Amino acid sequence: MIAWDGPSGSVLPVVTAPSTVLSTVGDEVDPADPAVVQLAADLVATMKVSPGCVGLAAPQVGVGAQVFAVDVTGHPKAATTHGVFVLCNAKIIEASRWKAGREGCMSVPDLTGDVKRAGRIVVAATLPGSGEEVTVTTDAFEARALQHEIDHCAGKLFLDRVAGAHAIYQRKVYL
Amino acid sequence: MHELAITVIGPDRTGIVADVAEALAGVGANLTDSTMTRLRGHFTMTLICNGPSLVEAREALSGLVDVVWEVRSVSPESDKSDKGQPYVVSVHGADRLGIVSAVTRVVSAAGGNITDLSTRLTGTLYVLIAEIDLADGAAEELAEQLAVAAAELGVEVSLRHADSELL
Repeated sequence: MIAWDGPSGSVLPVVTAPSTVLSTVGDEVDPADPAVVQLAADLVATMKVSPGCVGLAAPQVGVGAQVFAVDVTGHPKAATTHGVFVLCNAKIIEASRWKAGREGCMSVPDLTGDVKRAGRIVVAATLPGSGEEVTVTTDAFEARALQHEIDHCAGKLFLDRVAGAHAIYQRKVYL
Repeated sequence: MHELAITVIGPDRTGIVADVAEALAGVGANLTDSTMTRLRGHFTMTLICNGPSLVEAREALSGLVDVVWEVRSVSPESDKSDKGQPYVVSVHGADRLGIVSAVTRVVSAAGGNITDLSTRLTGTLYVLIAEIDLADGAAEELAEQLAVAAAELGVEVSLRHADSELL
C-alpha cells in the first residue's frame, strides 16, 4: 500500500506563476529526512483544504524538491485510484495511451490548456518516511494527475506542454 | 495609461510578427493580449498594448511596408469574469452562405457569449469552432436549437462541455 499515513501537516501558501521555483528542477530528496516527511504532511494538508485540488507538488509551496501529493478519490474521470499518497523522486518508466485533455493548475489560476498525457503509466518512486521503493501503475485521471505533478518537480508547467498557439484559454470556472 | 487596440493585416511573410513587435517595442509598447493567425495567406494580428500614445504607435507602424493597420485608443476593461460554463460548438459541412450568421444567432439567443471563434474553408468543406460561455442548465436547449439550425443548413453540429481539470 502506498497510502499516506504520516503526521498531520500545516497548510502552506500556494505559489503562483511567474515564480522561479516553479521553473526550477526540484532536488532529489532523502525520503527518510524528517524535513521531507514534514513537507509531505504539509502538501497533504494544503491539498486537502484547496477546493477541487487533486494534487500538489513541492515547488507549488515554494520548495524546490521532488515530492508531491495526489488524491483523485471520487473524481468522475478516475478509474484506478490509490487514495491519498505522497511520492518522492518519482520517475515515469512507462507511458502509453496518449490522450489530449484540458487542464488547469492552482499555480496558474487564470488559464487552462490542452495537454496530451498518457492514459496509462508506470511510475517508480520512494515513499516518504519509510523510504520504501514502490512502483505505481495507474491510468485515466490519476495518471494525468501524476504526470502533472512529476512535471512540477521537473520545473515544468502545463504551459510548457500545451498543444498549440490556440490551446490556452482564459479560465472561466472558479472552484 | 493609454490602452491601444491595434490590428495589422498584410500578405504573410517570414518576420512580419517580429517587425510589428519590434516597431511597437521601439516606442515602449507593452503587448498584453494578442492573437495572430493566417487567414487564407493573409497575416492578421490583433492586439492590445499599453505605453505609447496613439500618435507614437501610429508613427511606429507607419514604417511597415505592404501592410494595412489601424490603431485605436480603448478604455481599459477589467477582465469580465464569465459566469457560466465553457462549451465548444463544432460545425462542419458543405460551404454555403449564412452558416456563421445562423449558428451564432442561435448561440446568442440562448444567452451564450462567444469568447473565441475560428472558421476555415478548405475545398468545399466549411468548419466552424466556437468557444462559448453558457449559463448553467442552458446547454440542453441550445443543443436542440443548434440541431434544428444545422438541419436547415445541411451541416453537422455538436455542442460539448469544455471541462478542464484542476490539477
